[in-house]
Amino acid sequence: MITKVLNSIIGRDGFILSFAFVALIMVAAYYIAKLIKQEKMGSAFAIIAGLVVAYIAGKFTGGTKGIADIPIFSGFLILGGSALRDYTIVSTAYGVKMENLKKAGLAGIVSLIVGVSFSFIIGAIIAKLLGFTDPKEITTIAAGAVTFIVGPVTGDALGVSSEIIALSVAAGVVKSVLTMIITPLIAKKIKLDNPTTAMVYGGMIGTTSGVAGGLAATDIKLVPYGAMTATFYTGLGTLVCPSIGYLIINLIF
Amino acid sequence: MVIYGLGIVAGCYFVGNFVGRFLGQLIGIGGNVGGVGLAMLLLVIVTARIQKKQGGFSEKTSKGIIFLSSIYIPVVVAMASKQNVLAAVEGGAVAFLAGGVATIGAMLLVPVISKLGSKVSVSGGDEA
Repeated sequence: MITKVLNSIIGRDGFILSFAFVALIMVAAYYIAKLIKQEKMGSAFAIIAGLVVAYIAGKFTGGTKGIADIPIFSGFLILGGSALRDYTIVSTAYGVKMENLKKAGLAGIVSLIVGVSFSFIIGAIIAKLLGFTDPKEITTIAAGAVTFIVGPVTGDALGVSSEIIALSVAAGVVKSVLTMIITPLIAKKIKLDNPTTAMVYGGMIGTTSGVAGGLAATDIKLVPYGAMTATFYTGLGTLVCPSIGYLIINLIF
Repeated sequence: MVIYGLGIVAGCYFVGNFVGRFLGQLIGIGGNVGGVGLAMLLLVIVTARIQKKQGGFSEKTSKGIIFLSSIYIPVVVAMASKQNVLAAVEGGAVAFLAGGVATIGAMLLVPVISKLGSKVSVSGGDEA
């Protein structure tokens, strides 16, 4: 009887249930972050928790869709699907103002172009060194080294397997987490104490959550400057990586 | 109304993705080429336009857009939860190295770019 009721819910309401499960993951992640006095890392922890959950689910089910392979969690396919992901990402551009865009000026634009190119090239070299040969896979991993959004968007566009997309997400998450941890430690050394440098920093690193978290841990006043260029980093990455990036990788490898 | 905000973002999303997919067909690699980036740019342009014309979106409309950007991290968490992480871990070093080297290298380049940027003498770099 209980299974029957549960089954009838799963079929119809899986999507709604997924909100509750994600909320639970977030609560746990932010609780842990608070416990170790790293509140700004809550979102990074939540993403790591998601990856851990997917890992455990993969061990149990032997499937390829992480937690979504367990029927009651099938709603994750929609909540974590590319449609909602892209829809919400687009909304983060709200609040970026044209004037500020112009004010960011040359330093910001140069840092964006150099930043995306640098991470992409490093990611591609490492993928190649570690034995990846398919240009589509190299491009996706390289895009993951840009951000954990650019990776899956690029991977979807090129049609690579879920493992490669997971690798690209993992690369982006490593970047995001490292940024949050290292920024306050390295701030003095790289003279990260003024708006211009903060904009350059956002443009070079680009992972919005990492930059926002890292700058908040360094000097809260620098956050909007870094976040502003960082917001464009993912946009530029999604524009350039699956197109020019892929064409270049395809030519070289 | 809050739904206006959701609708504006959805409109940008569709136009951006339409152009992105069109570009994909045009270049011949199929798929969606930069649709999300284009949609973001479009939202910035639309916002600037409305700002000029009527001083910005109404509070409720903007609440709709802010609602979406506030569920962006949970959506990414859900996305992470449905990935094939098992396979990723088995091929693991690449993720750690690609993410790690890119981050630390980029950080060390920050002072160089801030200097170059303020001198206004740079041409940029190769786009890749």
